[in-house]
Amino acid sequence: MRRGPLTKILGEHPIGTVFVTPYVVFLAAVFAYPLGFAVYMSFHDYFFTAPGAVVDRPFVGFANYVTVLTDPAVQRSFVNVLIFLVINVPLTVVLSLGLANALNAAIRWRTFFRVSYYVPYVTASVAVVGVWLFLFNSNGLVNSVLGPLAPDPSWLVNSHLAMPTVAVYVTWKQLGFFILLYLAALQNVSKDLYEAASMDGAGRWKSFLNVTVPGVRPATVLVVLVATVTGANLFTEPYLLTGGGGPDGASASPVLIMYQRGIEQGNPDIGSAIGVLLVIGVLIIALLERRFVGRED
Amino acid sequence: MKVQAGLLALVLAGSLAACGGSGGGSGDADAAASARGPITIWYSNNAEEVAWGKQMVAAWNSAHADQKVTAQEIPTGKSSEEVIGAAITAGNAPCLIFNTSPASVSQFQKQGGLVPLDDFADGKSYIEDRSGDVAQQYKSSDGKYYQLPWKSNPVMIFYNKKAFAKAGIDTAKPPLATYDEFLATARKVVAAKAAKVAIYPAPSNEFYQSWFDFYPLFAAETGGKQLVEDGKSQFNSDEGKKVAQFWRTVYADKLASQEKYTGDAFVDGTSAMAVVGPWAVATYKGKVDWGVVPVPTSSGKPANEIHTFSDAKNVAMYSACKNRGTAWDVLKFATSQEQDGKFLTATGQMPLRKDVAAAYPDYFAKNPDYKVFADQAARTVEVPNVPNSIEIWQTFRDAYSKSVIFGQEDPGAALDGAAQKVDQLAKQS
Repeated sequence: MRRGPLTKILGEHPIGTVFVTPYVVFLAAVFAYPLGFAVYMSFHDYFFTAPGAVVDRPFVGFANYVTVLTDPAVQRSFVNVLIFLVINVPLTVVLSLGLANALNAAIRWRTFFRVSYYVPYVTASVAVVGVWLFLFNSNGLVNSVLGPLAPDPSWLVNSHLAMPTVAVYVTWKQLGFFILLYLAALQNVSKDLYEAASMDGAGRWKSFLNVTVPGVRPATVLVVLVATVTGANLFTEPYLLTGGGGPDGASASPVLIMYQRGIEQGNPDIGSAIGVLLVIGVLIIALLERRFVGRED
Repeated sequence: MKVQAGLLALVLAGSLAACGGSGGGSGDADAAASARGPITIWYSNNAEEVAWGKQMVAAWNSAHADQKVTAQEIPTGKSSEEVIGAAITAGNAPCLIFNTSPASVSQFQKQGGLVPLDDFADGKSYIEDRSGDVAQQYKSSDGKYYQLPWKSNPVMIFYNKKAFAKAGIDTAKPPLATYDEFLATARKVVAAKAAKVAIYPAPSNEFYQSWFDFYPLFAAETGGKQLVEDGKSQFNSDEGKKVAQFWRTVYADKLASQEKYTGDAFVDGTSAMAVVGPWAVATYKGKVDWGVVPVPTSSGKPANEIHTFSDAKNVAMYSACKNRGTAWDVLKFATSQEQDGKFLTATGQMPLRKDVAAAYPDYFAKNPDYKVFADQAARTVEVPNVPNSIEIWQTFRDAYSKSVIFGQEDPGAALDGAAQKVDQLAKQS
């Protein structure tokens, strides 16, 4: 078949190109351009100026990266976010899969429970943080229940417990969303497989391990990746729950430090360098996760 | 496929160029300095200040139909400074902002976002005549004024008379002048369970929190020194270390909490004392029977020798302003003796003008509670107007938080360590 010049430009299905273009433009404007600009800033002595202000913004090579990598606060924040991910991601997968499995069964009040788990996800963090402060302060409900076992200093001002507490909080808050993903995935697991497993003598636990878990593997890959990406972007919780990454930076996240350096202190070049390193780190972790979690048996 | 990708790239490049191509020149500064016409201003979202702002704008507009002022509250953001910084970059900052933090002036100035008020023939003289010697603290490193010192909230120690009475402490003249007296009083309050803690400065790590714990006491102990002077840290002096040690004792003895509090601990009765300025009086009305004393010093200096942190907010003119002649006139109108009097009456905050008490005798006769703040307003210390101001305060706060609040390092050593970093930051331009 002869291809006209228009077909050459717009492809066999020009309508498809037309449909996809607005989204690509949107993606380029709000994602690709800022990302490219951030990389540019991270290699220059850059700060924001009023339009028309003439300033020198020299290329500085890796100087901003050296500043960032030798800054103890930044180093600490990357360790903190690793601690966060190590707790948050597995906990999210286990709890959301377990609860989704339970909610998928024909239990009473199923809709009520489904809504209940989803409510924290759609509630503003600012509102929920107040409740957690009340729960986890030294005279809070949790310590009252624990009595003499309560940690001293209390959870959110304890340098060993602050980040794990934040990780548990975020897990709880986002659980509803991940349960929803698993619930959708569970609908695609064939009932025949459960019946076959049952005929082979598998109990509930074995069916769960051998049918459900492999059956929802694509959803698990998605949950792990999304939890990792959102976890790496942790900001609101250390900003509000632990009063700016306290105690002594024990719960500071890279994005919080990025905000402090880039926005508050007017050093967007330094902030961008942190951001670029974070993107690289997340990509590496995501690739590893995809390789190990997404692996077919 | 390659052709399609190329076409898409062209479309994107075009759209991005359109996104990035906005802007424009700042115009001829000299012409702008005398230009007149409509202007926009922003003020704080505090209810009392909004009421004052509205009447001020109405008064101006009624007499200047051709130079109309349009006013609005500062748009919401994580902080006013963040919003203002973004507006400068976008080129849509208003002409005047009646809530400019002195700590952010050096950054806004570096961004090319501020108009030096010295550009106006009577700029310098107006500021210095109105505020007196206090004005010198607001000069930038190039010797110019990029802000008009507007109003202060001299920080003092408020105490809850009911809680003090319960602890058997004199409520008319409580012993709070020296560190030893303060600590003894605080221990009494906690021992008597008159309040859960004696005092509750915010223990969180935001850069500005030191303005309400360390800095007022440092100003008092040093007789009015700033955190950084002549490009050198002052806070690691013997006086600074004494102040840090005082607060360390407060935290170590559990007279203050390390935990973040949501709400106002003083209003709720959780703490018996607060470190705050007169703006808070309106929030205490009908809730706390309060008294007020100057911040303590190690030796118990007399009240009339005590300096404190000003907690000032100023007015700055932003470079996006076209009709700067009008903006300057509005600025002078809004900070005239008459409008300052109205501001004082509406908010209880102290206009940064010479001898406030003498300027408004009727107000202070009717409101004797505020007289003490007027006296204190004459001895206030501002944050240093130096490059990297916010970074300097964050560096200080990190060291203070680690050593004083959480006791993970010796306060003296932590201040010495912070001083080295701060000295380097203060030297950068």
